[in-house]
Amino acid sequence: MRIVIIGNGIAGTNAARHIRKNSEHEIIMVSEETLRPFSRTALMYVYMGHVKQENTEMYEDWFWEKNRINRVQSKVLSVDTAGKSLQLSNGNTLTYDALVIATGSKSNKFGWPGQDAKGVQGLYHLQDLEGMERYSPGLQHAVIVGGGLIGIEMAEMFHSRHIPVTFLVREKSFWDLVLPAEESAMINRHIHEHGIDLRLETELKEIQTDADGRANAVITNKDEKIACGFVGLTVGVSPNIDFLKDSGIEIQRGVLVDEHLRTSVPDVYAIGDCAQLRQPQPGRRPIEAIWYTGRMMGQTVARTICGQTTEYIPRLWFNSAKFLDIEYQVYGDIPGRTPEGITSLYWEHPNGKKAIRINYETESKTVTGFNLMGIRYRHEVCEKWLLGKTKLEEVLQNLSLANFDPEFFDAYESALVQQYNQLNNTNLTVKSKRNLNLVTRFLQRS
Amino acid sequence: MNTATTDTSLALVQTPLMRTSQKLSIAVGGIGLLIILFTWVTRHSFASPGITLSVALLLMAVSVGGYAYSEYAHLPEGIKNNGVMFRSLSNRGIVAYLTGILLTGFYVCLYWYSEYLTGLIQLFDPLSQFMRHKAADQWFVYGSFYTFGVLVLGAKFIYKYRHNRYQIIRTISVMFFQLMFAFLIPAWMLMMNQPEFYFTYFWPLKYDYLFPSTISWLTSSGTHLGIFLVFWGAMMTLIATPTLTYFFGKRWYCSWVCGCGALAETTGDSFRTLSDKSLRAWKIERYLIYSVLVFITITTILLWVNSYMQGGLLGTFSLSVSKTYSFLIGSMFSGVIGTGFYPILGNRSWCRFGCPQAAILGIIQKYFSRFRITTNGGQCIGCGNCSTYCEMGIDVKAYAQRGQDIVRASCVGCGICSAVCPRGVLRLENGSADIFDRTTITKL
Ligand SMILES: Cc1cc2nc3c(=O)[nH]c(=O)nc-3n(C[C@H](O)[C@H](O)[C@H](O)COP(=O)(O)OP(=O)(O)OC[C@H]3O[C@@H](n4cnc5c(N)ncnc54)[C@H](O)[C@@H]3O)c2cc1C
Ligand code: SF4
Repeated sequence: MRIVIIGNGIAGTNAARHIRKNSEHEIIMVSEETLRPFSRTALMYVYMGHVKQENTEMYEDWFWEKNRINRVQSKVLSVDTAGKSLQLSNGNTLTYDALVIATGSKSNKFGWPGQDAKGVQGLYHLQDLEGMERYSPGLQHAVIVGGGLIGIEMAEMFHSRHIPVTFLVREKSFWDLVLPAEESAMINRHIHEHGIDLRLETELKEIQTDADGRANAVITNKDEKIACGFVGLTVGVSPNIDFLKDSGIEIQRGVLVDEHLRTSVPDVYAIGDCAQLRQPQPGRRPIEAIWYTGRMMGQTVARTICGQTTEYIPRLWFNSAKFLDIEYQVYGDIPGRTPEGITSLYWEHPNGKKAIRINYETESKTVTGFNLMGIRYRHEVCEKWLLGKTKLEEVLQNLSLANFDPEFFDAYESALVQQYNQLNNTNLTVKSKRNLNLVTRFLQRS
Repeated sequence: MNTATTDTSLALVQTPLMRTSQKLSIAVGGIGLLIILFTWVTRHSFASPGITLSVALLLMAVSVGGYAYSEYAHLPEGIKNNGVMFRSLSNRGIVAYLTGILLTGFYVCLYWYSEYLTGLIQLFDPLSQFMRHKAADQWFVYGSFYTFGVLVLGAKFIYKYRHNRYQIIRTISVMFFQLMFAFLIPAWMLMMNQPEFYFTYFWPLKYDYLFPSTISWLTSSGTHLGIFLVFWGAMMTLIATPTLTYFFGKRWYCSWVCGCGALAETTGDSFRTLSDKSLRAWKIERYLIYSVLVFITITTILLWVNSYMQGGLLGTFSLSVSKTYSFLIGSMFSGVIGTGFYPILGNRSWCRFGCPQAAILGIIQKYFSRFRITTNGGQCIGCGNCSTYCEMGIDVKAYAQRGQDIVRASCVGCGICSAVCPRGVLRLENGSADIFDRTTITKL
């Protein structure tokens, strides 16, 4: 059987790797961006000079040969589902027995005047990084539009090269649709601390260009003009599936898939950023354009293709990011606005750069989520508490099990518990110190 | 504003990111270095040797301090690796090659042509007289530079990682052990007419500490001290090393105590990304390091057999084996290549490919120790920072992406992977439970 995978991002490569683990099928991975799969998440570190492009490659070349995963660098122009074949931009056609679509996302643009000018772009593909490199020399000022995770990365990138940045954010406070008010305010302060010009409640109206067609200023919704030689558009991503329009595969925003990641056409699957679940799990979105989704979907689809039909059941929600110097981790459900019936226990370090938040149901005291700023918590421990519907007071007393900060770092669990005691007239204490053996014992307990 | 195109002055050290204050700092250090080079070559110093040396070292220290200050002070605490891959020194550019040539040249003179170092040695005479009541020799010059590097660049390292207490404490530890046990105490012992002994080096790194000749040299004085030193060396090799490694992993020595480690972690910090991460390099590492271990073990045994038989069976054979070891491994590998090639091969090529001490510690670490690096569930985004900054060339990312704990013989526990990881995925830990389970299970 020949399995063709379109796209060599984390979803596609993980699918390929696991198909090989489970079978002897022929595997061909077609992707247009690079021959060697790399980690998109590391693009910023390449620009900032922390790593080189080759450091971001997922595997060495021998890996693909040893695992007999054939790679083709080409763009898939169209899919003929009746004839089970693909048309490639290099002129070849490629037939398949099973097809996995893992083409990821592309950056959004919302029809602004000037959005196609030179020096205006998003950050998604390697080519975008090359664009940033091309426009960086001599650049006096950059404007970033859109206060999400990629926006702040782009701001940090220019900042690392001492290029002044203005950062336009539509919301009242940075990423406040996701981050609760206190954490969001913390990041606002931190952005300012770095000398980045953060403009809240400010939107892009138009981009102006010079005689060469290169951006030279933006006009905001407040009719302010900001001179700049580069405009970063980081207002979200959407599935990169235009080539499927006439394929007969049912698409909406993404490629529609069922719980087994099957599309509307037999033997065609879709995974990663480009897949849209018909029926997501309760509380989850149909498209989750993050690294972990691609990784888990790749592994799941591989099982199904190899005959072990497996449902895609995302585990507990988790995510992480780094806002300049402040690391962020979330486990479970921490909405931007705490809903009715949920109470939030929040502790912030006096230096304003570290915080712990635990959400719980007010009535039952069942813990529903953890939010960490500048502090690391253990994924497995938090997950076990959350899935086990553990009560807040038990979590608080055992909180050091979750602490994942490096040795010798101050632990703040007691400070949080003290805060809880004061608010609730209780007398809880943190039972133990950080200790790997206790953690393993806790995780093994059923 | 500084960008790649606007910066053309001082082309040798050009980077897109260098500030004027940093160029100035480099110039100050350059003057210090020139003073030393000038004295070395011409055997003439501008002022008395003591003053000349003090001025030169002070200029270099000020240079490092000034550079670090303008690099890190204006930014909030955090990981400071901007531009590492663009700098000539840290990215095998021309500055790196020039530094490599200077360093290897120095090592070659040090081991085999010390007569060419006369100019330098004179410069250190007053210090040597003061510290040891003895004229300086090339080894004293070497020890002084070495300690200077560890202290000054150690301070820079601490400043760079001022948000990370593990790094701060660990660096203070290597600086302390280098200064006290590899510099001041041996000098003091010489002054007191005692054997010049290094308490923090043991067999097989300091291979001759279990050679019959050293033992008879130490005990020949007939003092209690001599007996104690022999006892100390044997204790450290046979008891302390396995015990401490069982509890804390190899790191207690390699990145907390050892002088080679001290230099690598401080002076060598800029070169940690140069280590080869390929599978091929890992294979070479395993062949090479265990061969060196076998080599020194056989050499030591031969020497003892020979001494027991009073040269009866082997004649001068064992002596020539030990000479070969000391030439090939002791000087060429650990010195000329190990340190001289810092800017080309990275800061731990000796520790990774050659050091027999590391080989033993590594075996214990891999099979019997409680130490491992744990990975945090599914949080890894495969960005590659951890692998890039691993000075031992371990592909940390490969484990982290699969959610496997990392138990590798070569890991020196420097903790930098954990520090640079932007997603909080890695933690150095000691624990007795299920080390093998956790390295084989693949988590989602
Ligand atoms: C700068 C940046 C930072 C990020 N940081 C994080 C983070 O910290 N955490 C996190 O969870 N997520 C992060 N993400 C999101 C994460 O990278 C994506 O969710 C993930 O990479 C998607 O993987 P994928 O395999 O689905 O698609 P992709 O990685 O997009 O791979 C798809 C590949 O298919 C190729 N392709 C597309 N169409 C065709 C075609 N027609 N023919 C041939 N090839 C085609 C594309 O060129 C691409 O190489 C980040 C994204 C970016 C851009
Ligand atoms: S640095 Fe962290 S996130 Fe990046 S590859 Fe390593 S473990 Fe994964």
